[in-house]
Amino acid sequence: MTFDDFLNMPPFSMDKAEKERALTGRLAELTKLHRANCPEYARMLETVGFDPDGVTSYRDLPFLPVRLFKDMELRSVPKEDVVKTMTSSGTTGQAVSKIYLDRTTSANQQKTMVKIVSDFTGSGRMPMIIIDCPGVVKDRAMFSARGAGILGFSIFGAKKIYALDDDMKLDVEGVKAFLEVYRGQKILLFGFTFMVWQHFYKELARLKEEGITFDLSNGILIHGGGWKKLISEAVSRDEFHRRMEEACGLKDIHDYYGMVEQTGCIYMECECGHLHASNFSDVIIRRPANFSEADIGETGIIQVVSTIPESYPGHSLLTEDEGSILGEDDCPCGRKGKYFKINGRLKNAEIRGCSDTYAVQF
Amino acid sequence: MPFSFNGLQYVVGAPENVEGMKALKPLRPFDDAVIAFLNDLSGELRKVREYPDVATFGFWCRKAALLQEKAKYDDIAERFGKGVVFHSTPSNVPVNFAFSFAAGLLAGNANVVRLPGKPFEQVDIISAAVRKLLDGQHANLAPYIAFVKFPPSKEITDAFSAICSVRVIWGGDRTVAELRQSPIPARTTEITFADRHSIAVIDADAYLAAERKDTIIQNFWNDTYYTDQNACTSPRIIFWTGEKKAEAKEDFWSRVHELVKQKYTLAPVQSVGKLTALYSVAAVRKVSLVKSEDMLVTRLIPETADAGLMDYKYNSGFFFEKDIDRLAEIAGVCDLRCQTLTYYGVPETDFRTFLEETRPAGIDRIVPMGKSMDFALVWDGYDLIRQMSRRIGGLS
Repeated sequence: MTFDDFLNMPPFSMDKAEKERALTGRLAELTKLHRANCPEYARMLETVGFDPDGVTSYRDLPFLPVRLFKDMELRSVPKEDVVKTMTSSGTTGQAVSKIYLDRTTSANQQKTMVKIVSDFTGSGRMPMIIIDCPGVVKDRAMFSARGAGILGFSIFGAKKIYALDDDMKLDVEGVKAFLEVYRGQKILLFGFTFMVWQHFYKELARLKEEGITFDLSNGILIHGGGWKKLISEAVSRDEFHRRMEEACGLKDIHDYYGMVEQTGCIYMECECGHLHASNFSDVIIRRPANFSEADIGETGIIQVVSTIPESYPGHSLLTEDEGSILGEDDCPCGRKGKYFKINGRLKNAEIRGCSDTYAVQF
Repeated sequence: MPFSFNGLQYVVGAPENVEGMKALKPLRPFDDAVIAFLNDLSGELRKVREYPDVATFGFWCRKAALLQEKAKYDDIAERFGKGVVFHSTPSNVPVNFAFSFAAGLLAGNANVVRLPGKPFEQVDIISAAVRKLLDGQHANLAPYIAFVKFPPSKEITDAFSAICSVRVIWGGDRTVAELRQSPIPARTTEITFADRHSIAVIDADAYLAAERKDTIIQNFWNDTYYTDQNACTSPRIIFWTGEKKAEAKEDFWSRVHELVKQKYTLAPVQSVGKLTALYSVAAVRKVSLVKSEDMLVTRLIPETADAGLMDYKYNSGFFFEKDIDRLAEIAGVCDLRCQTLTYYGVPETDFRTFLEETRPAGIDRIVPMGKSMDFALVWDGYDLIRQMSRRIGGLS
């Protein structure tokens, strides 16, 4: 299958056998492409004795730890063909991933994202409330994960408004006026989970006590970025949903999982609360001891594969996240493919030794 | 009070001790009072069963062993301690501070010892024993000893640096660079323990001929996995000499694997870290991976073993491995950063010939396999007694 063949199908249509064939074909081809065009990648394959001609399943393909993209430049196209360099978010001083996109890869990321997200939001653009501050996307030369997420999702927005000002204060008047204009229409809300909670929900809840209310019962919220900070505030997914509805009537809420290293192939949370792999990508859970594939229900390290990357060797990656597969092809929501859950980042191990450094620098 | 600060905690001694240190008379190296104190400390600590590292220190500082060390010095009559030694010890090794302290005291100095920041019971045990002795029959040494704890603080580091005659910095390049932000007096010298790497040489035929192979494997474990292969003394590259290399490696590594499987816990992040390290070196150098059923023992065969290879060293059981015909072939990795060579089955005379002929910039210790962590007063290329004492010249 070519990439366009994937684009021409409904995004959650392939069952296990069909997907096995389609992914194996496409990903083996990408492996060869990157081997031929990225010398570092070719040497990596040679070191581990990988033979691309012997591949019978995409599960057998090597996976690169995402950290590699922080430590080195990995490109499969000439520098001149790079139209965009994406970087991961990182706190100051931390290394960031550098992902090099050419025209094709960049376009395919966007098309894929549209296919996947439309399956949840319906096609057509909607008025959109971005739950963040305008400042986060100002510097277009260097995309941060937050900025990239916003820009990525902005394609679903017809008219857009930033709900927060650059001091992260809710623009009460602006949001009120926006909702007034689009009363009765479906509204898309997008933001990072913690921002939504901290700067949006909390403010809505406070305003409600003062008698100022917002009606977002027509809204659909897509949020991502992880639960770590919310867990430390003891807010579970269910609690998040309940409180959102209580504060503004918002019921249609979808978490997503994704990473800058495989932009486009996002994993959306369905109505049943499960993250789903689309036709375009897959998750494989690896046992840490030997990287063999874990069984359904077994926790391990998450490997992600994507059919998109042609300009950098990132079609098969080992993340630093832990999770487990909940099932395949049989989610009550009707979508085919694997559905899974994320437990969070791998725990740091403090290793011994006489240099004052710690095991893991991520 | 100049030596009390917010966040500065005295575990042994008090600010007044430090205040008075500059006025103290230095001691002689291996002073009788110091040997008596350390011997009593040894008595306290050798009883500790729960922590082998504490017991090892206890065994090391017993009187008989110290007298043997003393006998190696023929110039003690002309030597005195330099004054005050400020020790900054590594935060993630529990007992290293005790050796550093003992060396400073044996050289004849007053000692301000910064203890590891992390809570270790070993530190508490040793500190309590020291306190007990100083409160009791060794009160005469109390003015010479302060153990302190403090979070990273330039102000506090400045204060101790300003009064010391010797500054001892453990903890690697970054810690050395950080502490060097604090000035020291013009005559003060430093002993710095920088980032190092270590290597091993095994003679295949001697290994195959050995009867107690499991002891060899246990010794290798002690040098490597016991400290997550992350001590400066842990070998990162293994050289094989002799004839039957393939056979020896097969046997050696399958036994290592067996032991590691039983005793070692490889956390998921360590697995990912090893995979990352392996691809990182693969991206830029010609290396090949030895296939393994799991991630416990990672072996990489480099085409060439030069100093640049060691930029890609990793821990948690990550080994480069190279067959050699002559010892001279190890010279490539023996740059300034190379610290300890551990060996099995190679005659000591071969190393003497190698050192004489090749004269590498590195290699500060050559010890049998299993002894890599054994502390000695000559460490990392420094004779600690002589570096922390001064010699009076001219007297005949």
